[in-house]
Amino acid sequence: MAAHSESIIREPLITGKDITYAKITNDILRPVENMPGRAWWIGFTIASLGASLWVFAVSWTFWYGIGEWGLNKTVGWAWDITGFVWWVGIGHAGTLISAILLLFRQNWRNSINRSAEAMTIFAVICAATYVVSHMGRPWLAYWPLPLPNQFGSIWVNFNSPLVWDVFAISTYFSVSLVFWYTGLLPDLATIRDRATGIRRKIYSVCSFGWTGSVKTWQRFETVCLILAGISTPLVLSVHTIVSMDFATSLEPGWHTTIFPPYFVAGAIFSGFAMVQTLLLVTRKVLGLENYITMFHIEAMNKIILLTGSIVGVAYLTEFFIAYYSGGEYEQYTFLNRFIGPYWWAGCMMYGCNVLMTQLMWFKKIRTNIPISWVLSIVVNIGMWFERFVIIVTSLHRDFVPSSWAMFYPTWVDMSVFIGSLGVFFTLFLLFIRVFPSIAMAEVKLILKSSSEQAKKKLLQHGGLDQEQVEFYKEALVPFDSVEIADYEKL
Amino acid sequence: MSSTKYILGLFDDPDEMMHGIDELQKNSIPIYDVYTPMPIHGIERKLGIKESRLGYAAFMFGCLGGTTIFSMAYYMLVHDWPMNIGGKPAFAIPDFVPITFEWTVLFTAFGMTATFFYATHLFPGRTPRVMDLRATDDRFVIAIDAKGNIPHEDITNLLKKAGAVEVKHNDRKYVSYE
Repeated sequence: MAAHSESIIREPLITGKDITYAKITNDILRPVENMPGRAWWIGFTIASLGASLWVFAVSWTFWYGIGEWGLNKTVGWAWDITGFVWWVGIGHAGTLISAILLLFRQNWRNSINRSAEAMTIFAVICAATYVVSHMGRPWLAYWPLPLPNQFGSIWVNFNSPLVWDVFAISTYFSVSLVFWYTGLLPDLATIRDRATGIRRKIYSVCSFGWTGSVKTWQRFETVCLILAGISTPLVLSVHTIVSMDFATSLEPGWHTTIFPPYFVAGAIFSGFAMVQTLLLVTRKVLGLENYITMFHIEAMNKIILLTGSIVGVAYLTEFFIAYYSGGEYEQYTFLNRFIGPYWWAGCMMYGCNVLMTQLMWFKKIRTNIPISWVLSIVVNIGMWFERFVIIVTSLHRDFVPSSWAMFYPTWVDMSVFIGSLGVFFTLFLLFIRVFPSIAMAEVKLILKSSSEQAKKKLLQHGGLDQEQVEFYKEALVPFDSVEIADYEKL
Repeated sequence: MSSTKYILGLFDDPDEMMHGIDELQKNSIPIYDVYTPMPIHGIERKLGIKESRLGYAAFMFGCLGGTTIFSMAYYMLVHDWPMNIGGKPAFAIPDFVPITFEWTVLFTAFGMTATFFYATHLFPGRTPRVMDLRATDDRFVIAIDAKGNIPHEDITNLLKKAGAVEVKHNDRKYVSYE
């Protein structure tokens, strides 16, 4: 229908021939309705081994205490907080895709939002485990909550960023969960109506009795829009507050006013890199190349380039302000990142985050899948080192030179970190087995307007600006799921 | 009298379904409901469904959340146990902003979603009241209450002419109860 068609110069968001509503359902539900393949089992085995390592290392920490980690009097925060901030940051991309891109009406979010939101939830779970395990006495984890108690009541200090963080992270997690699950309801109903026996019963309970009537859809869309509206400032507030854990202290290298925007940009940067890492593999293994297309990959790479460059500007600003402030300690801290004993961590941070991302200026690199995948991992390594540099390198040489120390991680530190990766991937692999990894209803919504076949229909219909048609065809060249030869005939 | 309870017009294309709605309305045949695998924009206006008022609920819950945590912080840090932190005022409003914001968002999200579930009768374990199993997959279904809407043949023909791929005469309202 003419009313639906969008301009020919926009790249298609769904490629492939003869895509019908039924085919979308079949394609996306294939991993859910069938036994998983060998790739899934190999991944799941490795991931669950990692998760077991995590259980072991965290139990060890609970039993013997924080002393089992490599912390010392000078470096009292190290891998735990590094891991915490890293995971929370990774979570941010999911909310950006599901909320901010919804507000901006970016239709390409429709095929990646579901798995990105799932990734958010699993990443925040990983982050939360660090918070609990670094408490030392995790059975008292409820102490930061404002509960009446027998000490007075003595209340929590609402002036403290650490208490704000408790509120921010718990709100972020629960709101993301509500957003994700509400969005899942229609798709769970699809599985339910196709399933039989016990699977049908389970999905029946999970889908809350969804029918897809007009009023339900209308309310559903209102709920999603408002959730997107409130999640947008929420996600910005979360990493702002995480950064205030550092920025409100008096530690050189930490107490800078640039931290909130700098952390938020870094969070989105690392989150998109993780989405890219996961989706490039997922689309291949699950055969979803028609729904997660080269356009999606390139768009995400552009966001990585943008946020990576913002992070680069923030780094430069930090150095300039350290120099310009004239503060001796501030200047030393920043110089120490390059000439101190942790120079290699600084090089990893600046090299991976700023230099490597600049490669994304080239379209050849943005549309090259293996290189994009490697770069996305490089970004995640770089972002881990960023947090390590900010935390450990700032702490390890404090105001009194006699207490200068190095941080050496123990096997427990390393196992908790590697294990948290295991937990994350285990959860993600389970997710793609039991839930549709792409929001089917939302992809169906754009089938008539933004699919390749709709564009072909436009071309066949004719009457288009020839220059725009050429532009469109040229844009399709890097797509791995499009047969360019078809366009010769049109 | 026939035992048909509901007549379902199954379409495989949303635009043809919209055309079907137009045709039915032109012939003054009331539509019971429409079931689709995805949201159809503009259908509410066609069927005369009022705008959702969930936004008002969301706003009220947000106000409630913000007020709750701000009052809590005031009671705890100013009234019940004011602390001397470097001689600074106990009623430090800027410091209460982050938590006030967080709970505003928290209450909005949970309150609005709960209202949505309550109003739409969605809860874990609710028996799905589905008229056609493909309505969540690839069929756009217009349901017409058969009672009083006769002759059924005319409705069938109307739906077929509008582009329905299949017209069902169901003896039971919901097919999903087995």
